[in-house]
Amino acid sequence: MADSTLIKGGRVIDPSQGLDAIGDVLITDGKVVSAGAVVDNPPKDCTIIDATGLVVTPGFIDLHVHLREPGQEDKETVATGSLAAVRGGFTTICAMPNTDPPMDNAAVIRQVLDAAKQANLARVLPIGCATRGRKGKELADMAELAAAGAIGFSDDGSPIADAGLMRNALSYSTTTWLPVINHCEEPSLAKDGVLHEGWVASRLGLPGQPAAAEENMVARDIELVALTGGRLHVAHISTAGTLELVRRAKERGLPVTAEVTPHHLILTEEWALGTIEEGTGELTAPDKFAPLTNAAYDTRAKVNPPLRTEDDTEALAAGLRDGIIDAIATDHAPHTSTDKACTMQEAAFGISGLETAFGLVNGLVERGDIDLPTAIERLTAGPARVLGEAYQSDIGTLKPGASGDVTVLDPDAEWVVDSSTFASKGRNTPVDGITLKGLVMKTIVGGRLVHEATKDSA
Amino acid sequence: MATTRTVEEEPLTATAEAEAAPSPVPTSPWQHRHLLDLDDVSTDEIATVLHSASAMKAIVQRDVKKVPTLRGRTIVTLFYEASTRTRVSFEAAGKLLSADVINLSASGSSAEKGESLLDTVLTLQATAADLLVIRHGHSGAPYFAARNLTRTTVINAGDGAHAHPTQALLDLFTMQEHLGSLKGRKVLIVGDISHSRVARSDLWGLCKVGAIPVLCGPPTLMPWDLLKGRTETPGHPFASVQVEQDIEEAMRDADIVMPLRIQKERQDAGLLPSLREYAQQWQVNDERLSRLAPNALVMHPGPMNEGVEISPEVAHGLQSAVETQVTNGLAVRMALLLLMATPQGGLNG
Repeated sequence: MADSTLIKGGRVIDPSQGLDAIGDVLITDGKVVSAGAVVDNPPKDCTIIDATGLVVTPGFIDLHVHLREPGQEDKETVATGSLAAVRGGFTTICAMPNTDPPMDNAAVIRQVLDAAKQANLARVLPIGCATRGRKGKELADMAELAAAGAIGFSDDGSPIADAGLMRNALSYSTTTWLPVINHCEEPSLAKDGVLHEGWVASRLGLPGQPAAAEENMVARDIELVALTGGRLHVAHISTAGTLELVRRAKERGLPVTAEVTPHHLILTEEWALGTIEEGTGELTAPDKFAPLTNAAYDTRAKVNPPLRTEDDTEALAAGLRDGIIDAIATDHAPHTSTDKACTMQEAAFGISGLETAFGLVNGLVERGDIDLPTAIERLTAGPARVLGEAYQSDIGTLKPGASGDVTVLDPDAEWVVDSSTFASKGRNTPVDGITLKGLVMKTIVGGRLVHEATKDSA
Repeated sequence: MATTRTVEEEPLTATAEAEAAPSPVPTSPWQHRHLLDLDDVSTDEIATVLHSASAMKAIVQRDVKKVPTLRGRTIVTLFYEASTRTRVSFEAAGKLLSADVINLSASGSSAEKGESLLDTVLTLQATAADLLVIRHGHSGAPYFAARNLTRTTVINAGDGAHAHPTQALLDLFTMQEHLGSLKGRKVLIVGDISHSRVARSDLWGLCKVGAIPVLCGPPTLMPWDLLKGRTETPGHPFASVQVEQDIEEAMRDADIVMPLRIQKERQDAGLLPSLREYAQQWQVNDERLSRLAPNALVMHPGPMNEGVEISPEVAHGLQSAVETQVTNGLAVRMALLLLMATPQGGLNG
C-alpha cells in the first residue's frame, strides 16, 4: 500500500516553479505528487499535516556544513549535525572535507555517507578535497571522489593559495563538471588576523584580516575560470568588494556562483565587542564607541571570514536579493566550549549556524531587504542550481517526482535562541539569548516527518 | 577613601604637601572593581588616582617606606610575558603596602604543562587572591579573566597590543607633575603606534584630560582604522588626535615627546625597511630635540632600544623623565592597589 503524506492548507512557496499559493502538498512513497493545488480526495490512510497559517517550502539545502566526523567527534558527528540540520529546516547538507583524516579519498567519503545513512535524517552530500590532504601541493583524486559521491572539491578552512594549483584544479575538475569551492583568503594578507581589519580589531588591539585578502583571491580565481573553463563556487562571501567581483564575473557569462552565510548578512565586526552582559536580547550590534565591558573579546563572534562592516552586510543583502548571490549557506562550524573559552587569539574560528539560519534570514525579510519567496529561493532552488542539473529536479523543488523534502515555517513565531537546547554539539553562536522571528515548525525528508518544533520553542 | 586618608595623615603630611603635584582635589571615589583599560575610567577617577599617587610618592621617598595598610591582603602577579619594570613595580607597591605578594610567570607554572588561562585564574582565585595583576601577550586576556572571576579583582598589566592602563596613569602623573594641567598640551607619541598597548591606553587618558595627542611614525605602523573618520564621526573617542608623519613638523611646540620601542620583528615582517632607516627618519635625538620647548619632557615606557627610537644622549639627558616614570609608576600602582584592594577603595563596588 502506498505511503502518503498530505500537508494541508499552507502558503506553498516553491520558487523553482514560481509557486506562491495557499494549497496542499501531497507526497506519496517519498516523492512529490503535487504541490499548490488543493487535494480534495487524499489517498486512504494518508498522514495529514495541518499547515494552516504556515509557510510550506521545499526542504532547505545547505551547501556548506562542517560535520567534523571523522576525527573531531567532540565537536560534532554526522548524526548530531544531521539532527541540527533538520531542526534548522535543512533536508540536504553538503559536508566539508576538512575532517581528520580529510575526505580526499573514496574510503572517507563512504564512511561519511554510511554515517549519514545510519543517522537517517538529512541527506548528506560530501564535498571532496581539492588537494591531497588539504595540503595545497597536489590535486586530490577528483574523478575517484566524484565517483564516490562528491558534489564538489574544496580545501575549505584553508584557501587553495597556490595560483598555479588552483588553475589546475579548475581545469582538471571539468572532467567531472563539479565546482571547485574555494575559501578565498590570500594568506599573505590575512596573516594571523582574527577579526575584520577595521575599527573593532584596531580598538581591541587584535590583528585583522583586510577585505582585500578575500577580494584579491576571488579576483584571481575568476580570471582562472576564464582561463580554464572550470566551475567556481565562491564560499562564504563577506565583503561588498567580493560581491562586485562576482557580479562582473556573471555579467561576463563565466560559470561562477557564490554563497553567503546568515551571519555575514546580518552580523558585523562590532559583535566581537561582546553582548554577554550588555545583551539586550535584540538583534542589534553593540555600540562601537562605548567603553569595553567584561563581555568584550567575545570569541563567539570569531569566524572566518570575519564579520565585516555594515556597508558589507547591506551590499550582501542587496546581492542576495538581486541574485548575484545564488545561495544562503550556513558554514555551520561547531566547536566545543573549550575551543571558545580562551582569548580571542587562541579561540577557534566558527559559528554553529544550522539551527538559527532561518530566524536570521527571516530578519532580512522582516526588515524589508528581501521578500520571503526570494529568501526561500536562496535556500532551495538557488543551492540546487549550484549543485547542478542532476540535483535540480530532485531537491530544492516541489515539482512532481521530486524527493518529498519539505520545510514548514512559521515566519511570525518569535523565539529566543538558547544554545543549550541545540541538537548540534556546537553551542558557539553570538546570537545566544537573542530573540529571532521565524521558526522552523516541521521538517519532512522523503515524506517522513523528522522534526517537529515543540510547543515551548515558539 | 578613608584608608587612603589614613595614609596621607601619617607624619608625612608636610612632605606630601611639598611633593604634591598640582592635581585637583578628587571629587569622585574609585568606582571600578577591575582596572582593564582607561576607556571606562572617568576624568574624576583619574584625578583621584593621581592625587593619591602624590601621597604615595611621598611615602616612597621616605627612609622608612613601609605602611601597614594592605596587611592580610594577597596580590598575585601573573605574567605570561617578560617584564622588568611593571612587574617589579607592582611587587614593590604591594610590599610597601604590606600586602602578601605572590609572583607567578607562565614559565615555571602549570601554563607550561598546558593549563588553560581559565583554569589558571580560577585556581588563583581559589587560593584566595584578592587582586590579580595580569600581563598577557594576547589582547583581551584580562577581560577574559575578569569575566570568569567572581571574587578576585583584576588589574591589567598589559594585554597584547590592546591596553596598559597603569602605564598610562603613570604617564599622566609624570606629565601632570611636570606641566600642571594637561589641557591643550601637545603630547607627541612617535613610532610603532599600531602594535602599542601603551599608545592605546595613553590615547584614552590624554583625550580624557583634554591634552592633544599627536601621532608620528611610519605609515605601516599607524593604527589607521582606529583614527579613520575621527573628525567627522559623531561620538568618535579619538576626535582630538592628530597625525603628523614628518617628525620635524610633529616636534614643533610639543610639550612631551614619547618615542616607543621599535622591535626588530617589525623589520622582519616587512613593516620597516631597516632599523637604520627608522633611526634616520624617526629617532628622537638631540638635533630634533632642539625644536621642542626648552622645558619639554622626553618620556619612554621602556624598555628602550637606544640608538633606534631614541639616542643615548636624549635617553639619559637633562630632559629625560625615563627614571622619574619608573618611580612614579611605583607611586601610581600603590595608589591603585589601595583604591582597589580595600573595601572603602571600591573592592566591593
